[in-house]
This record gives sequence, C-alpha cells and structure tokens, in this order.
Amino acid sequence: MSRKLEIIVFTIILIFAAQFFYMSSTTDAEYGGADDKPEGVIEEITGGTYKPIAEPIWEPPSGEIESLLFGLQAAIGAGIIGYFLGYYRAKNNYGNKLEYKDKKKLESDRNSL
Amino acid sequence: MHIMEGFLPTPWWQIWFAVSIPVIAYGIYKMDKLIKEKREILPLLAVAGAFIFVLSSLKMPSVTGSCSHPTGTGVAAIMFGPAITAVLSTIVLIYQALFLAHGGLTTLGANVLSMGIIGPVASYVIYKTGMKAKLNFYLVVFLATAFGDWATYIVTSTELALAFPAGGVLTFAGFMSSFGKFVAIFAITQVPLAIMEGAVSALLLKYVINVKSDILVEMKVIEASVVRKIRGLSA
Repeated sequence: MSRKLEIIVFTIILIFAAQFFYMSSTTDAEYGGADDKPEGVIEEITGGTYKPIAEPIWEPPSGEIESLLFGLQAAIGAGIIGYFLGYYRAKNNYGNKLEYKDKKKLESDRNSL
Repeated sequence: MHIMEGFLPTPWWQIWFAVSIPVIAYGIYKMDKLIKEKREILPLLAVAGAFIFVLSSLKMPSVTGSCSHPTGTGVAAIMFGPAITAVLSTIVLIYQALFLAHGGLTTLGANVLSMGIIGPVASYVIYKTGMKAKLNFYLVVFLATAFGDWATYIVTSTELALAFPAGGVLTFAGFMSSFGKFVAIFAITQVPLAIMEGAVSALLLKYVINVKSDILVEMKVIEASVVRKIRGLSA
C-alpha cells in the first residue's frame, strides 16, 4: 500500500506544529479560544449594553475539568472510529482467507473424486 | 464556530431554530429510512459521527495566538449528504452545550445551521462537482472538507453580524462592518485548521475505501471505476 497520502498529511501537520513552536516562543500570544473572542467584538459594537439572554445551565467548574470532558469527547470518537475500521479490516482480511481456504478445499474435494 | 449561550438577541435565535428544525427533521427521516433499508450502513454512520465528535473536540492552536477547532462534518456530508450530517452535528452540539458550556441551547439553531447545514452543503456541492469533473479523488475530498469548514465559519460570522450590526440598526453598511470584524476573528484562525481538516479527512476516506468501498459504491458516493483507480494506486 502506498503511503504517499500519509506522508503529505504528516508533513502538513508538522509544518503547523513548527509554526506553533515558532509563534509561541517568539511572540507572547496567549492562545485563547477563538470562540470566545466575538464576546469582545459584540461588546465593542454595542458599547457594552448587550446582556446575554441566557446563561449556560452548567459550566465545567475548572479548566482541567473542561479539558477532561474535551478529552473524553475525543476518546469516545476515536474509539468508535478505530473499532469499526479495525472490524472491517479484520473481516475483509479473514473473509478473503476463509474464501481461499474453502476454494482450496473444494478443489481438493474435486481432485479426490 | 460556536455562538455562546445567550449571545443572540430575541428575533434571531428563533429565526435560526425555524430554519434548522425542518432540516434536522428531514435528516432524521432520511437516516431512519437509510438504516431500515441498509442495516450494514450503521457502522459507517457511527464512524462519520465519531469523526465529527473527535475533530470538534480538538482545540488546536493556530496562527495569531488563538485556538479553534475543525468541524469534521465534511466526511459525513460526502458519505451521507447534508441532511443526515445535520443530525450528527446536532448530537455533538448538544453534548458540547450541556457538558462544556460551549455553544448553548438558545443558540443551538444558529450553530446547527452553520456547522450542520451550510458547511456540509458546501462540502457536498464541491464534492459532487469535483467528482463530475473527474479530478483526483483525494484532492476533491480535501477541497470539499476545507471549504466546508470555511463556509461554517463564514455563516457563523454572518449570523453574528446580522444580530449585531454596527450602529445598532440593521443596515447593509452596518452589517458589512460587523461581518468584517467577526470574519477577521474566525477566518485567519481557521485557514490553517481547514487545511489540516481537509488533509485528515482525505486520509480517513482512504481507509474507509480500503476496508468498505462496496457500500460507498452502492450508495453512489463514489463510482466503482474511481475505487479501482485508488486501489490500483495504493495496492
């Protein structure tokens, strides 16, 4: 199996990793979430008069717990992907082998007749 | 791409719900039909949903010192179409709204529209057009997922700009001014992430085709000749 696509993908990831190391060591960027930034812009546009119409029902009590839940989300997803791709892979693999075996058996049966 | 809980004033969050709910309902109907017709599709559906789950949980550092996450909806859109993707995205968005306080229940409609509907529609259209033009399969997947990702963030910016136009009254100039500000936040952060998402999605589809191409051919996602070509290249 050719690994060309894998090499391309890992090169892209490496470039961004290098870029991140460069950015985080040469600038004092804080690396906050882009999702939270609109809040500042909304405040700027409305002059701070906008009050959110609702509050989240529950918030992760700390950054660590938030990371835990994000990690959990990724782990559940990765587990499902790995399980099914592995299942299909093994099924194809052994399915072919069994078929091959059956064929061989059939041939030997025929030969013995 | 989440709009935070409570950050859409009254007419807007209802409007986005009104737009999203019919699509989700249609998606549930379509998904139900698909599962009843072809039960063997279920694992693939789980993989597509899990891919959204994984990618939207990855808060990756990007240029300009901010973190954002890919959407992962491109793969599902390519395999199952936008309506079913909307259902899968809704599940992920509800998880994040309830357990992570990312996004919210009032803004769910708007978030489903951007991540679950318009982004996947963009991916789907680009994929179909690209495959018709007989471009390289991986290149088409890359373009479809990367542009789907960007489309998601452009829709989010549009939703925010419509709700918060500069000057407080919705005029075209006010909308454009606010839109520019929101896009500046998302777009620059998202460019490298969309490229990575496109690359990783192409890789996932390579594995899916390797192990389970017959279902994709049956669902008319990909033509048998293309599968043979990919197999031939990777054999």
